[in-house]
Amino acid sequence: MSTTIAPDADRTRTATASDRTRAENSLARKLVAPAIVLMLLVTAFPMLRALYLSLFNYSLTAPDDREFVGLSNYVTALTDSLFWRDTANTVMIMVVTVVFELVIGFAFAMVMHRVIFARGVVRTSILIPYGIITVVSGFAWQFAFSNSNGFINSWLPFIGDDFNWFAEYPSSMIAIMASEIWKTTPFMSLLLLAGLAQVSEDMIEAAKVDGASWWQRLWKVILPNMRSAIMVAVLFRALDAYRIFDNIFVMTAGANGTESISFLTYRQVIEQFQLGIGSALSVLLFLSVLLVAYLIVKLFRVDLAAARQEG
Amino acid sequence: MKAWLNRAGMVAGFALILGWCLLPVAWIVSMSFKSQEAVTNGSPGFFPSEGGGAGWQNYIDVLQDDQFARAILNSIGISLIATILSVTFATFTAYAVARLEFKGKKFVLTTALVIAMFPVVSLVGPLFDMWRTLGIYDTWLGLIIPYMSFTLPLAIWTLSAFFREIPWEMEQAAQVDGATAWQAFRRVIVPLAAPGVFTAAILTFFFAWNDFVFGISLTSTESARPIPAALSFFVGADPFNRPASLLAAGAVVATVPIVVLVLVFQRKIVAGLTAGAVKG
Repeated sequence: MSTTIAPDADRTRTATASDRTRAENSLARKLVAPAIVLMLLVTAFPMLRALYLSLFNYSLTAPDDREFVGLSNYVTALTDSLFWRDTANTVMIMVVTVVFELVIGFAFAMVMHRVIFARGVVRTSILIPYGIITVVSGFAWQFAFSNSNGFINSWLPFIGDDFNWFAEYPSSMIAIMASEIWKTTPFMSLLLLAGLAQVSEDMIEAAKVDGASWWQRLWKVILPNMRSAIMVAVLFRALDAYRIFDNIFVMTAGANGTESISFLTYRQVIEQFQLGIGSALSVLLFLSVLLVAYLIVKLFRVDLAAARQEG
Repeated sequence: MKAWLNRAGMVAGFALILGWCLLPVAWIVSMSFKSQEAVTNGSPGFFPSEGGGAGWQNYIDVLQDDQFARAILNSIGISLIATILSVTFATFTAYAVARLEFKGKKFVLTTALVIAMFPVVSLVGPLFDMWRTLGIYDTWLGLIIPYMSFTLPLAIWTLSAFFREIPWEMEQAAQVDGATAWQAFRRVIVPLAAPGVFTAAILTFFFAWNDFVFGISLTSTESARPIPAALSFFVGADPFNRPASLLAAGAVVATVPIVVLVLVFQRKIVAGLTAGAVKG
């Protein structure tokens, strides 16, 4: 009833609007399609294929002997101590490097934020580690720690000149993490710098006038106001660190138990051609990254709520 | 007194950042000037020892190495092609994301986010298998495709952030004057968006140049092997004695393009990195 008495002008307007929406929708779909197809072609499709292959006993050295084995590849992986040792290594690398990067990166961001001279020089040099190939960074640090050709032993006071960093587990891990931290701290500091720039100077000034010390201003004004930037930086870096592969490949090749979970997967698939168990490891690696992402997002929410209650 | 302390602290922090960033680079350059004999016999210390210097010999050897020259060519070609294609597709996507209202925008952004965090190693097995079936294992195309997929998220974010800053009234003005959505996009927005596109291209190029996992897994010969993979497999004449100083020279050569890009486009790279991450 109401539609029949609706004025003509109104009808044409809604008609144009929905035409426009439809046109926008179809244009958007055309614009987005190539990127989406490409992204899914190289990730979703292979991942589904990995899921399928992980159910087989399948070795590329004997492709005709492929047989369906159900979930037994997963059982093999999850009951193997190697899997858990490498996962523990990976988690340790992730936690240690992200903590160091956060602290050092924040200090760098503070300096870059305040420094009034030669800004260009600082920002240019901070981009060098970011841009450098990880393999090159791995070599540089491996040579630096080397006891036959490096300089670190002679620079560190409590270390003997012939100490071999790559002979045992703890020192090898330190070398690997040094390279990782060196290369990625600049990225962290740039993200934090952007967050720092969004904290209002007036607020900091007001806290100063009210008599807040430097330490109080940092913890009660600056950090709470840039927590979204911190969260983004931590999430990105943690998931990136969880994938650690290049540095380990170059510096120790997994010797002395320094393998990461990515390295184990690579070794199964590419070096030993065990596509069945390798695919199961791929699926587990993917799931663990999802889990880490979920935990970080969750953890930060808890953290934020706690911080708010305190304040 | 306080101002003076502040200034001293700034200078110290400034020096610390420069040292952090440049010391390992200086070290690898210094290493590349140590002679092969000195390295074999052991030559600890930051600088080449007395009589243990090689002059430019390591660089001459590296540049005359066929495999290394080929790897440089592969890396430049693959990275450039992947960058151009990836940025083109990302530009379309970012325009839609920043500008149009459509169903599935959330899906696009979520997909990009998930892929940015994807553990790449979990893909090498299936891709290795698929690429061999398709016959693109150990070819340029076999690397260009994964590089595109994994640089698209960063390019999409960076570009969307840039596109949100563009004065869109100009596009509407063009549409009022009778231009279609597509014409408005091509004639008005593309020129305004060029700086953002350029930034996304540099970041994409960095990623492709840096990749190692795909480089070692999806190639088997020098016909497509990029620089990072070639460096890691470089053994030199004597397989039991890794030519450390030669490798260092190769590493320096592989780093030069990155340093040049950073020196020339520093301001844009910083803007691109932070825009994508904080506003997105």
